Amino acid sequence: MSSDKQSQPERHRDLLWFLLIWVVASAVLTPLYIIFVPLPANGNSNDATGQHLDNGVLDAVAIPAVLLVVCFLAYAMVRFRQTGPEIEEGPRVYGHRGLQNVWIVVTSVLVTGLFAFGTWRILAPGAAGSGQGANPLSPASTKGGVSPLPVQVIGQQWQFTYRYPTYGGLETPRLVLPYGRVIEFHVTSLDVIHSFWAYELGVKADANPGVDNVAYVTPTRPGGFDVRCAELCGIWHGYMFARGRVVTRPAFERWIAQQKRFFEPVTHYLPPYSDSYLPPPLRRGG
Amino acid sequence: MTTRRKGILGTAVGAVVLFVLSVLYVFYFTIQPPRVQAAADASGSTQLTLQTVGALGPDYEHPAWVSYLVENAKGEWIHSTEIELPANTLVHVTILQYDSATGLRNPFFARPQGTIGGVIDVDGKEVNIVDPQAPAHTFAVPELGVFVPLPGVAGDASNTCSAAPCTLDQAHHTVTFSFRTRGPGRYRFQCFVPCAAGYYAGNGGPMQRYGYMGGYLDVV
Repeated sequence: MSSDKQSQPERHRDLLWFLLIWVVASAVLTPLYIIFVPLPANGNSNDATGQHLDNGVLDAVAIPAVLLVVCFLAYAMVRFRQTGPEIEEGPRVYGHRGLQNVWIVVTSVLVTGLFAFGTWRILAPGAAGSGQGANPLSPASTKGGVSPLPVQVIGQQWQFTYRYPTYGGLETPRLVLPYGRVIEFHVTSLDVIHSFWAYELGVKADANPGVDNVAYVTPTRPGGFDVRCAELCGIWHGYMFARGRVVTRPAFERWIAQQKRFFEPVTHYLPPYSDSYLPPPLRRGG
Repeated sequence: MTTRRKGILGTAVGAVVLFVLSVLYVFYFTIQPPRVQAAADASGSTQLTLQTVGALGPDYEHPAWVSYLVENAKGEWIHSTEIELPANTLVHVTILQYDSATGLRNPFFARPQGTIGGVIDVDGKEVNIVDPQAPAHTFAVPELGVFVPLPGVAGDASNTCSAAPCTLDQAHHTVTFSFRTRGPGRYRFQCFVPCAAGYYAGNGGPMQRYGYMGGYLDVV
């Protein structure tokens, strides 16, 4: 049945059926997707919680838009399927100014709305866990005058190590953080570009040689989290992962004391704490 | 033959050649070095013996590359970094280090970690730190927390080794330590010294190629 043979009531009926199918599909599938498809973990840190919200908002807008297209195609293929033996020439298509205006307005509102939402989120204190370079535009807000705990993340092929400048420049291969305190990551690299990704904490920041890339997070409950390199950095990139831990303040202090004891022999060999390190190419390393 | 048929034939032949070359290229990178089983001893622990050489020598594909070699149960040196170890077992490691020093890019790895007691023996002397400029290589299994610096032989040492396998009468350091394996799995090990001469930042060539300065402990 071609549309040029349709009467006005038939067209309206098709439009209503299509809209009904689209609205029902969106109302059912959007919350199902948001609830059941794994999004970045929720609740482990302020950034993880924020990213959960961000992805939920993006999905809530994107899924109905995708379903609009899919439902339209499906409805058209079923409803207007050619049934006769002969292929009919399609009807002439005329523009519909009202529909065009609605389309332009709706898509403009969606795109500019998402742009505004994303800008607001990235400018929020802490910048949603992303690396902000050496001079952060959106430092994390601190509560009660407690300064952030600086932790330096040093990427090298193929292992992250961590320095705690407020604990004598201690360096360890393990990342342990106290919960409830703002953490100020300073991410850098000794060789090639890596990317520090503490997945469950919602932190991701590039590790560039010679660059201090600052990212903030506030862990909000104890537990483990994955640390991965998110930048292809060589043959063992896929193995550049580890588990980090968020612990209570007393447990953190005990861990620091134990680490300082173990690494005491190497402490005086470490270079003074710096925003970045550029070790010279050594004898055969040129 | 018409021009059109020639074109079709040429395209087909080109596609076949491209396909074959692609398969060979992928196959080349899937070639694994032979797996070497570490020797069990009477006490129920395992003995693993490795050597690190500054240059493999003319009998190998890359004569100038540094590499690990592993000793098999017959006492033969095998050019491989695919090593089988038993799970949850104490492993006694002996590494004969024949290469000269390069130095660590990160001095942090000068502290032995993950070994029994947090120490290693260098030529019979127990140490918990080496000079960060001294290592020629490291033996590190990050997933097991094992990081062991391997001091280099002096640059002016006599009777240095120039081709693998090196022998005990050639200049070397003997590094021994023990660590415990965990459950079954495939644990990568690598060197943390930028020891690949002539490559960017010392981390190309043998540092980026499986079978030279990195490999797997296959824990079974």
